[in-house]
Amino acid sequence: MAKRIEVSGLHAYYGQVHAIEDISMSVEPRSVTAFIGPSGCGKSTFLRTLNRMHEVIPAARVEGKVLLDSEDLYGSEVDPVAVRRVVGMVFQRPNPFPTMSIYDNVAAGLKLNGMRGKSRLDEVVERSLRGANLWNEVKDRLNRPGAGLSGGQQQRLCIARAIAVEPQVLLMDEPCSALDPISTLAIEDLIAKLKEHYTIVIVTHNMQQAARVSDRTAFFNIAGTGQPGRLIEVDDTSKIFTNPVEKATEDYITGRFG
Amino acid sequence: MTSQTEIGEKGTAAAETRRAARAASTGRAGDRVFAIATRGSGILVLVIMAAIAVFLIWKALPALRSDEANFVTSQEWSPDSTPARFGIAQLAFGTVISSFLALLMATPVAIAIALFISFYAPRRIAGGLSFVIDLLAAVPSIIYGLWGLQFFVTKMDDVAVFLNDNASWIPLFGGDSVGGRSILTASVVLAIMILPIISSISREVFQQVPQANIEAALALGATRWEVIRMAVLPFGRSGMVSAAMLGLGRALGETIAVAMVLSTASGITLHILKEGGNTFAANIANTFAEAGANGRGALIASGLVLFIITLIVNMAARAIVARRKEFV
Ligand SMILES: Nc1ncnc2c1ncn2[C@@H]1O[C@H](COP(=O)(O)OP(=O)(O)O)[C@@H](O)[C@H]1O
Ligand SMILES: [Mg+2]
Repeated sequence: MAKRIEVSGLHAYYGQVHAIEDISMSVEPRSVTAFIGPSGCGKSTFLRTLNRMHEVIPAARVEGKVLLDSEDLYGSEVDPVAVRRVVGMVFQRPNPFPTMSIYDNVAAGLKLNGMRGKSRLDEVVERSLRGANLWNEVKDRLNRPGAGLSGGQQQRLCIARAIAVEPQVLLMDEPCSALDPISTLAIEDLIAKLKEHYTIVIVTHNMQQAARVSDRTAFFNIAGTGQPGRLIEVDDTSKIFTNPVEKATEDYITGRFG
Repeated sequence: MTSQTEIGEKGTAAAETRRAARAASTGRAGDRVFAIATRGSGILVLVIMAAIAVFLIWKALPALRSDEANFVTSQEWSPDSTPARFGIAQLAFGTVISSFLALLMATPVAIAIALFISFYAPRRIAGGLSFVIDLLAAVPSIIYGLWGLQFFVTKMDDVAVFLNDNASWIPLFGGDSVGGRSILTASVVLAIMILPIISSISREVFQQVPQANIEAALALGATRWEVIRMAVLPFGRSGMVSAAMLGLGRALGETIAVAMVLSTASGITLHILKEGGNTFAANIANTFAEAGANGRGALIASGLVLFIITLIVNMAARAIVARRKEFV
């Protein structure tokens, strides 16, 4: 299920704006990799190149290679829709479909994949909600609107929706930044559990969170406003937080940044 | 659930502000003048509306009393003969069927156009197209009527004959004396007339769909059409119903285009290719000038019925929209 990601020479642009420059790194399967760095350094942009969501923005484009177990996601014959079915994504703000019930939100991706039959859907919906540590809270109100849940529950609902289709990789863009500390803890527990099955990449601006949940950490930075974001270093999380190679990394994690 | 409590909270907050504003307004002269002016014009509108209603009912009552036929079920319309015999059955039937046929034809096309503009067309084409649609929505209905009479009716003659020859097994297309000046032609003209407004509003509704929902669907691996089905259409549902109802309202009350296209003849028939048929608005436009006192009263009474039908349609639409309120 989990696959390895290998990025080489990746650039991303918004029209004329060069957002990230020449990124090369790899992400190990069944591990959590955290992206940290100051705002605007291109963490979200880079994350969105990993499931070809970057290109849905008008005039946005990507150069370089992203290999998913040796298959280039940007190969000419690759369908971006197919890529997104194997690389799932959880967004910064919880975005359940407002017109759908809790059940239908989780089943949305399954139905896209052509899964039919109530009993099978029931089974996968339950498994996904359990997987997202949400089942006990919602099992009695699966037909209520998904948008009626609390922010933290909505985010776990979005995680359930993403894992229902059993992706190879799960991308999370600051999944806790809109949540309270208790909900944040619930999601962090969930990430620790999910990494047994999935390759996880998580953007976070919270360094304690990166230290708590990730195995590897990548630090990104920009030289100045208007400059493209760059990958400064990537290493084991313990190494980044205790003994980074680059001075910029050390400045950032010790709060001496800027 | 949350959304309702939120609305509730917003409601109380708004009431709070309003109360505070009211308290403050006692202080300043300018505020007081403004408060009196707004309240005054509000009351004035209600008074004018009540006066109109009273006037119409008062004008209609003598005619209704003189009616020897059943006003609701009779298909006749001879209010100026003695004894006066008239009823709205045929008018109601013609009005409702032509409007619903128009709605049936216009809505799918209008929504398809709105989807094309919002999600498929290249930017430049989308801009031009929505400009044209908005422009068409503002064309006066006399123009549609002239076009319908001068150009479309003759074309529809052939269409009517063709449909009657080949598809008369469909009850709607059966019958004799088929021709261009039929309910079907009126419906098509109405459909063309209401299409721009439905399309224009639907497009605005689609633009309100949160980008976050569209991205959520895309990230699940939805194709463009699947995004539309998952995130756009359900979200835009109530807006599309409102758009269609606005179109229906326009079709129900449309006078001049229908009056020009139809060759009015009495009698209810399901054969929509048959020349003839009549609607409330067309009947009023065609006969008001020559009508006597009783005839005018009868026409006013029919106008009141049209008003009630429009009201019912609007309430039904609101009910449809409200039914799934908890889901957006
Ligand atoms: N939709 C967009 N259009 C144009 N520029 C964008 C867009 N999204 C992000 N950017 C620019 O790309 C750069 C990186 O942004 P982002 O990836 O969101 O950074 P981060 O997630 O690290 O805060 C920023 O300079 C930002 O202004
Ligand atoms: Mg970001």
